Amino acid sequence: MSLRIVVTVKYVPDATGDRHFADDLTVDRDDVDGLLSELDEYAVEQALQISEGSDDDVEITVLTVGPEDAKDALRKALSMGADKAIHVEDDDLHGTDAIGTSLVLAKAIEKAGYDLVISGLASTDGTMGVVPALLAERLGVPQVTLLSEVSVEDGTVKGRRDGDAASEQLEASLPAVVSVTDQSGEARYPSFKGIMAAKKKPVESWDLSDLDLEAEEVGLEGAWTAVDSATERPARTAGTIVKDEGEGGKQLAEFLAGQKFI
Amino acid sequence: MAEVLVFVDHVDGAVRKPTLELLTLARRIGEPVAVALGAGAENTAAALAEHGAVKVLTHDASEYADYLVVPKVDALQAAVESVSPAAVLVPSSAEGKEIAARLALRIGSGIITDATDLEAGDEGPVATQSVFAASFTTKSRVSKGTPVITVKPNSAAVEAAPAAGAVESLAVTFSAQATGTKVTGRTPRESTGRPELTEAAIVVSGGRGVNGAENFALIESLADSLGAAVGASRAAVDAGWYPHTNQVGQTGKSVSPQLYIANGISGAIQHRAGMQTSKTIVAVNKDAEAPIFDLVDYGVVGDLFDVVPQLTEEINTRKG
Repeated sequence: MSLRIVVTVKYVPDATGDRHFADDLTVDRDDVDGLLSELDEYAVEQALQISEGSDDDVEITVLTVGPEDAKDALRKALSMGADKAIHVEDDDLHGTDAIGTSLVLAKAIEKAGYDLVISGLASTDGTMGVVPALLAERLGVPQVTLLSEVSVEDGTVKGRRDGDAASEQLEASLPAVVSVTDQSGEARYPSFKGIMAAKKKPVESWDLSDLDLEAEEVGLEGAWTAVDSATERPARTAGTIVKDEGEGGKQLAEFLAGQKFI
Repeated sequence: MAEVLVFVDHVDGAVRKPTLELLTLARRIGEPVAVALGAGAENTAAALAEHGAVKVLTHDASEYADYLVVPKVDALQAAVESVSPAAVLVPSSAEGKEIAARLALRIGSGIITDATDLEAGDEGPVATQSVFAASFTTKSRVSKGTPVITVKPNSAAVEAAPAAGAVESLAVTFSAQATGTKVTGRTPRESTGRPELTEAAIVVSGGRGVNGAENFALIESLADSLGAAVGASRAAVDAGWYPHTNQVGQTGKSVSPQLYIANGISGAIQHRAGMQTSKTIVAVNKDAEAPIFDLVDYGVVGDLFDVVPQLTEEINTRKG
C-alpha cells in the first residue's frame, strides 16, 4: 500500500515585521521578510507523524502557490522531512483571493495525485481559515477539519475536533482533506542533517498552463472580492499608567467605575 | 425590499447572541430571512421574530448532527435558491466560516470573512475588516455573485425590532457529499456558567505571570465579579494552566469585547492579534516595559497577586 500526502503551505509576511498594503491594496510582500506560516508547520508535522507511524509507503509532497520567495517555505518543510515539493508560480497569480487560491491548489493537488491533503487551520496573514473547506468542496472529498488529533489507518482518517460547545470524534474514508490546529502537536525543528538533505530534494515548478488554468480565472482581475480601501489604524492615544504602591487595584476599580463597567 | 439570509447559530432552539447581532446588520441591507437547522430549529422563531426576521426557514434532519458541515451547506444552498437573497450573512465561528466558504463556491459568489461592520453600498454590502493584528482597517465588497459574508461576534449591538417571523419549512435534498464525514462521538463541553469567550462583553485574561493553574482562581474571581469570560494567553495554555478553548490570540480565539483586562500578559504580537480590537483595554503587569502597555487605556505596573485580589474585592464592595 502506498499513501500520498499533499501538505498545502503558505509563505507569509513575518507578523513581527511592519506589514502593510501595496498600492493595489494587495499585501505588500516586498518590504517584510517572509516565512512558512507557523500554523502550516503543524500540518507538516502531522504528515510526518502519519508517515512515521505507518507500515505503508508514505510520500509527503509540500505544495505552495506564491511568488519566487515562497520557495523558502517549501525548503523549510523539506528540511523538516517532507519528500518533495511543488511550487506554483505565475505572474498572473498576483492578487488571487481565497476562492482563486483554492482553485489553483485543487488543480495542483489533482495533478500531483493524492490520498490525503493536510492543511493548517488558517494562514497567519489572511487568517480566513476557509481554504481547507474550499478544497474539500472542489475535490469532492470529505472535509475532516480543525483537528487537534489525527490518525490514518486502513484507508480511514479519524480525528478529534474541539469546538466551543463540544468535542467531536470524526471519521471519513480517504481520499480526504484534513486541517489541523496548533494543539495537534508541537512542530519539530529541522535538524542540520534535514537542512542539508532538503537541498537535494526535488522542487517542481508549475505555472498556470501546467494546470490548464487561464489568467482571468485567478489574480486580482479574477478575484470575486474587491478591497476598496485599507487604512492604517491610528495609534492609540497613550493610556494612563500607574505604578502599584499598595492601591493599584483600587485605582483600577476607580477607572472601571468611571467607564461604567462597575 | 431585498431579502437577506441570516444563518442561525443555535443550541437546541436557543439562539446565540451573534445571530441576533447579524439580524441588526441584515436590516441595514434588506429584510432578514433566518435559516435555522437541526433539533429545535422551530423554537428559534420567537427570538428571531423579536429581532427582525420577517421569515424563519427551518429544517430538521439527523444529518445535521451526524455529519460534519456539508448538510448545513446543502440546506443553506436550498434557501438561497428559494429566496434569491441580496446577501447571505453567517456568524464567524469556525464552522460558520466553513459553511459560508463552501456555499459561496457552490453559488459562484465571493466571500468575505470576519467582518466587524457592514453597511449598504452602491455596489452591494460593504464590509469592514480588521487585519494585520488590527493595525489596518479595510473596506471590502463581494464583486461576483450573491455576497456571502461572515461577521464576528460583538460587531453590532443587539436591537429588538419585532417582525412577522413566519415559520416556513425548507425543502432540502442532501448532496452525495453530505454524509462524507461522520461524527462518531460528541462530548459536550462542561458549562462554567460564564459567558462564551468570543461573545462576552468583558473578558479577563491571564498569562505567563499567573504562574500556575491553581492561580487562575484569582483570574476567575475577577471575571466573576464583572460577569466576564475568562481568557488565557498561549503561554498559559501551553503550560497546561488553562484549557485551549479559552486561548485568546492568533492561533486561538479572536475577541472584541467592550472591556479586556490582561493580567500577567506581556502582549506578544500573536496575543495582540486576538484582542486588539477590544474597545477598552486594561493591563496589570510587573514589567513596566511590557508591550501590552502600548495598547492600554489604563495600566497598572505591579504584581498581579496584589493588584487583582484588591481589584476584585473593590468591585464586589462597590456592587454591594
